[in-house]
Amino acid sequence: MTDASLNTPNNGHEPRAKSSLMTVDARTKRRNASETRFRMYGIAAVAAGVFFLVVLLGAILSNGVGAFQQTFISVDVYLDPAKLDKKGGRQIENIKKVSTFGYTPLVQQALFDKVAELGVETPLQKRKDMKALISASAAAQVRDYVIANPMQIGETVTFRILASSRVDGYLKDRVTRDSVARDKNIKPTHLDLVDALTKAGVIQKQFNIDFIIGADASESRAEQAGMGVSILGSFFMMLVVLGLSLPIGVAASIYLEEFAPQNRWTDVIEVNISNLAAVPSIVFGILGLAVFIQFAHLPQSAPLVGGLVLTLMTLPTIIISTRASLKSVPPSIRDAALGIGASKMQAVFHHVLPLAMPGILTGTIIGVAQALGETAPLLLIGMVGYIATNYPSGIGSGFLDPNSAMPAQIYEWAKRADPAYYERAWGGIIILLVFLLTMNIIAIILRRRFERRW
Amino acid sequence: MYDVQTHRAEKDLIVNDIKISAKNVQVHYGDTHAIKDVNVEIEAKCVTAFIGPSGCGKSTFLRCLNRMNDTIDICRVQGEILLDGDNIYDKRVDPVQLRAKVGMVFQKPNPFPKSIYDNIAYGPRIHGLARNKAELDEIVEKSLRRGAIWDEVKDRLHAPGTGLSGGQQQRLCIARAIATEPEVLLMDEPCSALDPIATAQVEELIDELRQDYSVVIVTHSMQQAARVSQKTAFFHLGNLVEFGETGKIFTNPEDPRTESYITGRIG
Amino acid sequence: MPVFWLVMIVLGLAALGYVFGRHRALANAGGDSRHLHSLPSYYGSNVAIKTVVPALLVMIIWLLVQPFVVDGRVIGMIPDSEIREGSNASLVMAEVRRTADGLDNAVAAGVMSDEEAGNARADVSDMTARLKDAGQIVTSTITQPVLLAAQEYRDLRRASALFMTIVVLIIAGAGLVWGMAGAKPDFRARNVVEKSIRMLLVAAASIAVLTTVGIILSLIFNTVEFFRLYPITAFFFEPTWLPSFGGGIDSDGNPLSKLGILPLLWGTLYISLIALLVAVPIGLFAAIYLSEYAGSKVRSIAKPMLEVLAGIPTIVYGLFALLTVGPLLIGVFGDEGLGWMQAGTAVMTAGLVMGIMLIPFVSSLSDDIINAVPQAMRDGSFGLGATKSETIKQVVLPAALPGIVGAILLAASRAIGETMIVVLGAGAAARLSLNPFEAMTTVTAKIVSQLTGDADFASPEALVAFALGMTLFILTLGLNVFALYIVRKYREQYD
Repeated sequence: MTDASLNTPNNGHEPRAKSSLMTVDARTKRRNASETRFRMYGIAAVAAGVFFLVVLLGAILSNGVGAFQQTFISVDVYLDPAKLDKKGGRQIENIKKVSTFGYTPLVQQALFDKVAELGVETPLQKRKDMKALISASAAAQVRDYVIANPMQIGETVTFRILASSRVDGYLKDRVTRDSVARDKNIKPTHLDLVDALTKAGVIQKQFNIDFIIGADASESRAEQAGMGVSILGSFFMMLVVLGLSLPIGVAASIYLEEFAPQNRWTDVIEVNISNLAAVPSIVFGILGLAVFIQFAHLPQSAPLVGGLVLTLMTLPTIIISTRASLKSVPPSIRDAALGIGASKMQAVFHHVLPLAMPGILTGTIIGVAQALGETAPLLLIGMVGYIATNYPSGIGSGFLDPNSAMPAQIYEWAKRADPAYYERAWGGIIILLVFLLTMNIIAIILRRRFERRW
Repeated sequence: MYDVQTHRAEKDLIVNDIKISAKNVQVHYGDTHAIKDVNVEIEAKCVTAFIGPSGCGKSTFLRCLNRMNDTIDICRVQGEILLDGDNIYDKRVDPVQLRAKVGMVFQKPNPFPKSIYDNIAYGPRIHGLARNKAELDEIVEKSLRRGAIWDEVKDRLHAPGTGLSGGQQQRLCIARAIATEPEVLLMDEPCSALDPIATAQVEELIDELRQDYSVVIVTHSMQQAARVSQKTAFFHLGNLVEFGETGKIFTNPEDPRTESYITGRIG
Repeated sequence: MPVFWLVMIVLGLAALGYVFGRHRALANAGGDSRHLHSLPSYYGSNVAIKTVVPALLVMIIWLLVQPFVVDGRVIGMIPDSEIREGSNASLVMAEVRRTADGLDNAVAAGVMSDEEAGNARADVSDMTARLKDAGQIVTSTITQPVLLAAQEYRDLRRASALFMTIVVLIIAGAGLVWGMAGAKPDFRARNVVEKSIRMLLVAAASIAVLTTVGIILSLIFNTVEFFRLYPITAFFFEPTWLPSFGGGIDSDGNPLSKLGILPLLWGTLYISLIALLVAVPIGLFAAIYLSEYAGSKVRSIAKPMLEVLAGIPTIVYGLFALLTVGPLLIGVFGDEGLGWMQAGTAVMTAGLVMGIMLIPFVSSLSDDIINAVPQAMRDGSFGLGATKSETIKQVVLPAALPGIVGAILLAASRAIGETMIVVLGAGAAARLSLNPFEAMTTVTAKIVSQLTGDADFASPEALVAFALGMTLFILTLGLNVFALYIVRKYREQYD
């Protein structure tokens, strides 16, 4: 900055020549230009941040919304007694003996008949050609229905069955005629048929509640997979996190903020908490693996273990925010309580804690929301790779039986080879973000409503 | 840029003894009417004191004189303030240039967290007043001498300015303001954070600065106003109640409000 | 679940104790609570605490110690011949435990009577078959010593559980009586109760320390175990990362796997560097703009928007890297564009996305720090005729510099420890390369892949994850401690 320019009408020796305020000299012009430039950098930085957010949210929405719609085929299946109940008599034991392989031809036949009935011209002249259009889950769906209603055997019942993921992808522009050229599961002629059936209203894209409440499916049945079981897994995990981290966090904060003497042990605890808050989450996964699974022999993949690990991870966050809200209660409140003869413990539990509660709850909700989205530690305790196809049978099994969790389920889907699962991963993110958004909104409302300024 | 206008401005200064003249100045802070229709003329080479009870608007008015109020979003200034005949609130005026001419010293000493040398050199550097290091050294020394602090800091020019005592810090800030060679020096209660000895040193300094600058000082202390100023303006509730020779204001005030304040009945 | 019921019984006793204690204290005071030292409920709580706390403490200690004692007794029963090549006692012990659990479950499911399960002369292959039928997962065949050990294990475990139940109940009862003795008017029940609560608070606060101790111990034990199997110098100085699939050792007795940390460390630092190159300028300038220039309206919209970026889980960023940014970069730098990039997963992909994730982290920390610079500094600079940008560049930023350096270090520590983005976005190949468009991998990504793969837990291929974790922990901890120290120093300057 010492490079004085020639324009400068002064050099420190002679008295400075007086310049009018009304003209802006060249140096000031340059300085103002650099000012504008600097300001532009700032605007550009903010714009970049907002731009990234918009792109991210845009990518999530544009890729994920499709997962909430699924392609269905309506078919009238003739429940052939000759195949389903050879012995007659509608004995449930006998009916159960027929596996899904027995149902597959019926479903294929139903669609084949439908095609013939509509008079669609197609080179696909065999019943088995219909296989490419129908999800493998359709047979199980019909079988479940028959087992629940054995008396319907012999009737013709209308079903809304899932189309195969290739057909679904075709309707969602994921599968194109170019891409099926190398696909052994489906041929362009099938797509012609799909076009015709779509026009006839037999094949339809509809809202798919099973994506939200359904269970995960095997690798080859992308069209059937849902988030439901992993949502339950996350739910049980969050119960553990909330149930442990709130009382422990509040107790620890009360001690540190109100009772802890100034000594070395207190210092150790304080330094510890601030450092734990910044330990990478994967390290907590290692801790969980070594301590809870290897050492304590707790079951792998169980939401209980996941919850314990996430509790340890969230505790520092909750302690830090709880201490802040305890600190914001003015000392005069404590003095007032102590002044009328309350013990320190009573002053804290009767007066300070209730006043700090909204802040504590806000901090806790935000901490739990953070835990809900955390994935890395769950990888190490086996919550990924486990295919969550079964709903927990009760509360105990909800905590102890292997399960997945929302972010782990998303990761699992992202790792699968079939691109149909990518759409579901994005869709899973939408569900996850809706949960996070709800929790954060609750926290904000809580803060707005109960925040007290002293 | 030695254009015609520059020379004319220079001539004006010689002819005219009035440095700043404020005409019908009104200031609003959001909904508060902080300064109500103030007219005042501040002379060159003279110390003018603004006195009045807290919240009377004297500091606000002072901050209008170099447009420091621009940095506050909700502040609106109406009316005219002429510096050497130019309205400083004119659209063409760049506040940056203005503030180089009208320096300011604040209530609390606020040295930058840099060395003493860099504190003084900061103004000359941004305004490009020195062509080389030697010139800059010279400006720094001259300013520190004029700020009456040279002898105390000459051996530690590269020590941080924040390490000085309160009185030294304030004189450093005054030296820093002088280094840009302003024509007017505004001082907002420069001694309120200082002890009596440091206050005496700063007051002595102000008296010396009168030789070259037009100094405007806001003060809470009537004794200080009487000691250092030639002209005094008394503000009350945003109005300029009385303005005149310091001696006259303190011995024979015209307005009853001035008299009550001076005798300690309002304040 | 006997432990569950034991806890329930103790808690039930405590509840009874509360009612009795409260009642007795009131009765002793002649029904007038004013004659008592403390409120009646404190006397009740006193009894309850004395019932529960010692009993449960004993139970917890018992449960922690029991496995060691039982294992120690059972492991002596296993002859050395039973410990196969490449195996060790703890693996055999695990098999014993599995068999014992299998027997328990089989009995519980009713496929086997208790006598049959405990029959020491039972036929081994028959037992195996029956366990398999019962759906209990058992390794190929149980050998005779293992079966015997498993049966002994069951007996010991059962005896221990019975003994524990008796001891715990006796202690609970004794505590109840002890507490009831205190139900007298002059007993200072409140002080006792408050002291207990205080102990509870201390215990809660100590959990943080316990967590750290747990992390350190679990890392150290397994790391030491790893270095017993794999030379420490090779781990730190070998420039290759190439775990062999099945593990094993070559003819010279050296491990076949090459587990050098250098390529992983390089990948970690390279990705972190790119992330910081994205996040620091954008975050810093955004913070400067929002705190120094923006009006309150812009601030109230833009600030929360940036903070939303911080609230998005890392798995989302991972997916964004894998499915959006990767293909986008391939379009520009791939074969159809500049031809620099082979696959979507690369250092650049992960670095960019991680940078986006860190923007709000840098900006909100810098924002706090910039706001902590006193307004008087800015006024002083404006008063001298400096423009806003000159004030920021020459007064505010230098004053805030230590704090900002601290913030950047914290961001770096975040970047180094980040897992999901690199697992999904950076690729799996470990290499030492300068090309940012190549796939590389990081310490965190390899921790995941080594511990989630099929490698045997006692093999160096799995244990290396703990050594990697240890490195990561020390690295991030060092950065954090240093950064927090700088930030704290900085805050003190203006407090």
